[in-house]
Amino acid sequence: MLPILVGVVPFGMIYGLSAVGAGLPALAAQAMSSVVFAGSAQFIAAQLIHDAAPAAAVLATIFLVNLRHALYSASVAPYVKDLGGGWKGILAYLLTDEAFAVAISRYQRDAEAVEPSPHRHWYFLGAGLALWTSWQLSTAVGIFFGAAVPRGWSLDFALPLTFIALVLPSLRSRAGGAAAVSAGVVAVLAAGLPYKLGLMLAAAAGIAAGLIAGKEDA
Amino acid sequence: MSWMPVLALAGLITFATRLSFIALLGHARMPPLLARALRLVPPAVLSAIILPELVLRGGALDLSPRNPRLGAGLLAAAVALATRSVLLTIAIGLVALWGLQALLG
Repeated sequence: MLPILVGVVPFGMIYGLSAVGAGLPALAAQAMSSVVFAGSAQFIAAQLIHDAAPAAAVLATIFLVNLRHALYSASVAPYVKDLGGGWKGILAYLLTDEAFAVAISRYQRDAEAVEPSPHRHWYFLGAGLALWTSWQLSTAVGIFFGAAVPRGWSLDFALPLTFIALVLPSLRSRAGGAAAVSAGVVAVLAAGLPYKLGLMLAAAAGIAAGLIAGKEDA
Repeated sequence: MSWMPVLALAGLITFATRLSFIALLGHARMPPLLARALRLVPPAVLSAIILPELVLRGGALDLSPRNPRLGAGLLAAAVALATRSVLLTIAIGLVALWGLQALLG
């Protein structure tokens, strides 16, 4: 758990720093961390707002990028099915990539035991709250420093640089590589389309190419 | 314009996505093809944002060495591959951009 928290803090700071650098008001940057609470979608939304994308394009992209959380939802659903509505709501709100990784490994370990621990949901909740608190605080620190950095420093470039660091590991798989390369090329070709439609077109092309390229691996 | 209503809506959409299968009481299963497609969304979207950012200048393709964002981005990619460190990638990429901007005027 601790290594994940240590990994989240610099990310939150980079997010706060680059969101303000990309021109988001401090309050909006912080609100996004508490309301949306999803690392990569927040970085991408900051980039789109920086590019003056229409609201509908920002929403559609956040939806698309966070759709994989439905996968997490499906994976933890059998373990939490007997919980009350309040529990389900809170755990769903806290279901980020990191919380999912921590919670699902605990549930699976627990499933092998003769009698599942009654505390396993508290573990999920505790991990989620720890991640949530680190994310809010580190965002605030990033915003604080970002507001002090002069415009001429091109801090908005920290966003694509973060994306480069995030995307390169996925290029190792055939499917991920095909998806990234096709999406990138289509995005450049379709950059002139209005309403950021090029981004949606590129994402669709990338996913299709990745599905075809990854057929044998599946 | 104020982004607050948009962010509120984005939060609702994200929450609904995370709640979806949990609310279905574990009865529904995700089709494997859809699951594979969803895993490909992040690399596709990230790359679709990165590439135009690096190779387009004022809407036109610029693959020349005089494009500072392309040079800085390529160096950052090399750093990311070699070190796998997000912080180093950003730090070296930003310093490279400042250096190239100063050099190219």
